[in-house]
Amino acid sequence: MMVLRESIIMKIHYGTAIGALSLTVVHILMRLTQDFHESLAYENVIANYESVGYALLLELLLILISVHGFNGLRVILLEMNQGPTYEKAVTIGCLAAMAGLIAYGSRTIIMTSMGMV
Amino acid sequence: MMATLHPKLSEERSQTVVSSTKSVKLKIKRSNPNVNSEERFDDYVVPIEKWTTVLDALLDVKSHLDHSVGIRYSCRQASCGSCGMKINGKPALACFTKISELDSDTITVEPMDNFPVVRDLAVGFERMINNHKKVMPYVIRDDSEIDPESGMREFLQSPENVEKYIQFSSCIKCGLCNSACPTMAMDTTFVGPQALAQAYRYIADDRDKGKNKRLKVIDESHGIWRCHFAGSCSQVCPKGVDPAMGIQLLRGYLLGIRD
Repeated sequence: MMVLRESIIMKIHYGTAIGALSLTVVHILMRLTQDFHESLAYENVIANYESVGYALLLELLLILISVHGFNGLRVILLEMNQGPTYEKAVTIGCLAAMAGLIAYGSRTIIMTSMGMV
Repeated sequence: MMATLHPKLSEERSQTVVSSTKSVKLKIKRSNPNVNSEERFDDYVVPIEKWTTVLDALLDVKSHLDHSVGIRYSCRQASCGSCGMKINGKPALACFTKISELDSDTITVEPMDNFPVVRDLAVGFERMINNHKKVMPYVIRDDSEIDPESGMREFLQSPENVEKYIQFSSCIKCGLCNSACPTMAMDTTFVGPQALAQAYRYIADDRDKGKNKRLKVIDESHGIWRCHFAGSCSQVCPKGVDPAMGIQLLRGYLLGIRD
């Protein structure tokens, strides 16, 4: 079923983990630019989305976490049960859920950054 | 009915019984999946000396108390890997475990986990042997040690290169590592620490040219990447092999950080 070799998938898994961790650090450090409660105020959150750089950071974070998280879920599910049909269902299900989450998250980021919210 | 014993055997047995001052309770897990799914523990009290191993005690039970106990054993010196079982909850070789060192008056023996039970303490090794075969545990080369012109020749190995894999050559295929492995318990198609350690043994051997073939075998969805690095395989190995380390080194090849 798997088109990619497991070692390639795991390289992506480790790479996305390092990437997501690095971007999360940047994301958290951005909270330090103002008081914590201020940084979570509605206007400031919207302002973050409207900044192209920050919107790109959030989009990248969304992709990295989705890829890493759903591959992790796939691995856990593959260990819980075995069989060709089950494995195919798990792989397709995880890919679909990953794509769905990225699509929905991207929609939110794009709409907010374009001032549609 | 008492069978006639060889005079020397008879002498040996009586000496053991007379000199013994201590005894332990041996709880043996009994089952026969070919007949029914019933499982039970049978208790036997056996005399022990400070040198008595669990295998000695089991053989004592078979000789004097219950000859129907199912057990696999052969060399009695931790060389053949036949008598692996769970002793007081931990996978160990019965012939390599002294009762005096267990520090317990009750010794519980069960068949190894992650193996199908044949009967009582004897388990089936098909899955482990099949996985072992899958990783091609032999030196792969295009040429041969038989040279048509000069006769036999040797593929020489330097002491430095031997150091890279020598500990992995000590594997006796007892299955204790596979029994202790948490992934083996969950994933019925996981290749297992025994086979992975052997894959490393041959890949690290610079006389071998089958690295890519072996890496392909273990680089699949139930291969090397499913190892959680619990390290229990290395904890239980009676020969000092460290399969967990072998697995991490193998991952280095697959990630491109080792040649």
